[in-house]
Amino acid sequence: MSPLAAFGTALTALRVNALRSFLAMLGVIIGVAAVITTVSISQGAKRAIEEQISSLGANALMIRPNSSSRGGRRGGFGSGTPFSDADTIALRDLPYLAGASGTIGASGTLVVDGINWPSDVEGVDADYFDIRDIIIEDGRAFTQAETEARARVVLLGKTVERELFPYGGAIGSSVRINNIPFDVIGLIASSGQSSGGRDRDDIVYAPVSTVRSRLSGFRYPGVRDPVNAIWVEVRQGYDVETVTAQLTDFMTAQRNLRIGQEADFVVSNFADFIRARNESEKMFSVMLAAVAGVCLLVGGIGIMNIMLVSVTERTREIGLRLAVGARPRDIRNQFLVEAIVLCLAGGLFGLAFGAAGAYGVEKIGEFAVSIEPMVALIAVGASSLVGIIFGFYPAHRASQLNPIDALRYE
Amino acid sequence: MGALIQARDLRRTYRMGGMDVHALSGVTLDIEAGAYVAVMGASGSGKSTFMNMLGALDQPSSGQLIINDIALHERSADELAAFRNQTIGFVFQQFNLLARTTALDNVGLPLLYSGMATKERHARAAHCLEMVGLGDRMDHHPSQLSGGQQQRVAIARALANNPRILLADEPTGALDSRTTQDVMAIFDQLNREGITLIIVTHEDEVGAHARRQIIFRDGHVLEDRR
Ligand SMILES: Nc1ncnc2c1ncn2[C@@H]1O[C@H](COP(=O)(O)OP(=O)(O)OP(=O)(O)O)[C@@H](O)[C@H]1O
Ligand SMILES: [Mg+2]
Repeated sequence: MSPLAAFGTALTALRVNALRSFLAMLGVIIGVAAVITTVSISQGAKRAIEEQISSLGANALMIRPNSSSRGGRRGGFGSGTPFSDADTIALRDLPYLAGASGTIGASGTLVVDGINWPSDVEGVDADYFDIRDIIIEDGRAFTQAETEARARVVLLGKTVERELFPYGGAIGSSVRINNIPFDVIGLIASSGQSSGGRDRDDIVYAPVSTVRSRLSGFRYPGVRDPVNAIWVEVRQGYDVETVTAQLTDFMTAQRNLRIGQEADFVVSNFADFIRARNESEKMFSVMLAAVAGVCLLVGGIGIMNIMLVSVTERTREIGLRLAVGARPRDIRNQFLVEAIVLCLAGGLFGLAFGAAGAYGVEKIGEFAVSIEPMVALIAVGASSLVGIIFGFYPAHRASQLNPIDALRYE
Repeated sequence: MGALIQARDLRRTYRMGGMDVHALSGVTLDIEAGAYVAVMGASGSGKSTFMNMLGALDQPSSGQLIINDIALHERSADELAAFRNQTIGFVFQQFNLLARTTALDNVGLPLLYSGMATKERHARAAHCLEMVGLGDRMDHHPSQLSGGQQQRVAIARALANNPRILLADEPTGALDSRTTQDVMAIFDQLNREGITLIIVTHEDEVGAHARRQIIFRDGHVLEDRR
């Protein structure tokens, strides 16, 4: 019997028992749907994390004072001492860094023509945009000269621009921040998504020196030109881990700490930090996938059960087929194809339901899902494999029947 | 070259609860090509057992069976399948049609296993249905046909692969006398056209259609009338 004829025979048999076929498929449908939904959710989460990492700047490190106060330490020395512009300048000379920028965070109310908009004002150096992979959509970044001169220039994030300049024309206009006039010299491209409910486009950037002296008033006894933190970019071709260690040594020397003394600052690699934070979530998704796999197994056993019943019930039919010339392997293939068609159809339905479930979760739970073609392919492939594995025994049993015994079966 | 069917000391023994039941205990006979044979005898005398051997539906416990120069007792499962498919047409008392399957597809079933393409298969099945006078019932399911019509579909199925031998085990057992006549008319015609025909029956009128009557008793050939 040709494969096509075997397929036709199987389809006919499944159609005749449509309800039972559907019930037999149900286990596989649920199993595959569960696999697709859970994997899509965890893939979506993984992708969101990667996006978050790349939006932080893939090679960016942040150096900041260790803010945790330690017992036995006196104020004025040790914990909390900020870095300064001098540190930033020293860091720029290091061969393994491509750039360094001090940062000072402040907030301010921006006013244009009677429109008020409170926002975060981030004081940064010109290097900052490259370090954090921030794209300047229009206009320009500030120059080193402007930074040194504490120029009142500002770049606006998308949200701020939209609120203050709904009709465009931001560049070249003047904005008052806490009543101090600034010139808008550039616009920042949207970072694409919000993280943790915070709109990352609701921000403006000004030179760090300007923010320090005019907006935040950040001062620290004994430190000239302090900054909250310093961001650096590891030069292409250098290993981030190694550079982190080298930076720690360099800053230890810079801050006159004794060898062996605990560093009063941290160099953080945000990519690692975020990955580590999501390790537990990954474990969770592995467990979900395992549960889904068990569902598929149970589905397979359901298929085997139904196929065994079907073989028993159709013993006379098998006898007749043998009597008119079916070979044992024709009978085996017929039932095997039935099992595979059941599982494959179950897999495809499961795929549809799983995709629908994943999108439902995206809508309701408001987190991104990602259905990868490869995962879909594997899930459907796995379900046909289940069909072959669990369909084989009943099919083999059917093929071993003796024609006359099968015909006489009551 | 001997006869078309050569049975030599055929035996078939069933073990039932520690006891041996001898359904066939040494049957030796020849049947020539083109013969028209009625197999008769009391219930339980071994007629069906003998027919099932001839149709390769069952294997002898001992003895030799050569049909169409094929020694059935020493063939593999696949070779026996091919034999059932090509050389034999079998008609059962209970018709044994596939439910929820059209007459056309029922008749085409043996052709499916001989690997015939769909179009050819449908044409050949339609031709066979016309031979038994059911050209207008091709799309009917068995449940939509009378007993006589169902048996004619079963005969058409037995003829699908143009077999040399037609075996019928009480083909009219489930039919009334009128439809029995219709079915026997078809058998007579087929034998005239050259097919070797062996029919098991209890009815003398049916047996009278044959040119040879073999009477079984207790697994033996009691009488062989020509
Ligand atoms: N599967 C079996 N297991 C045990 N005994 C069997 C089996 N099949 C047949 N027999 C026995 O073999 C003997 C011959 O049976 P068979 O069916 O050949 O009789 P028959 O001549 O066809 O009878 P009938 O006219 O009633 O159909 C009987 O005694 C029967 O009980
Ligand atoms: Mg009988």
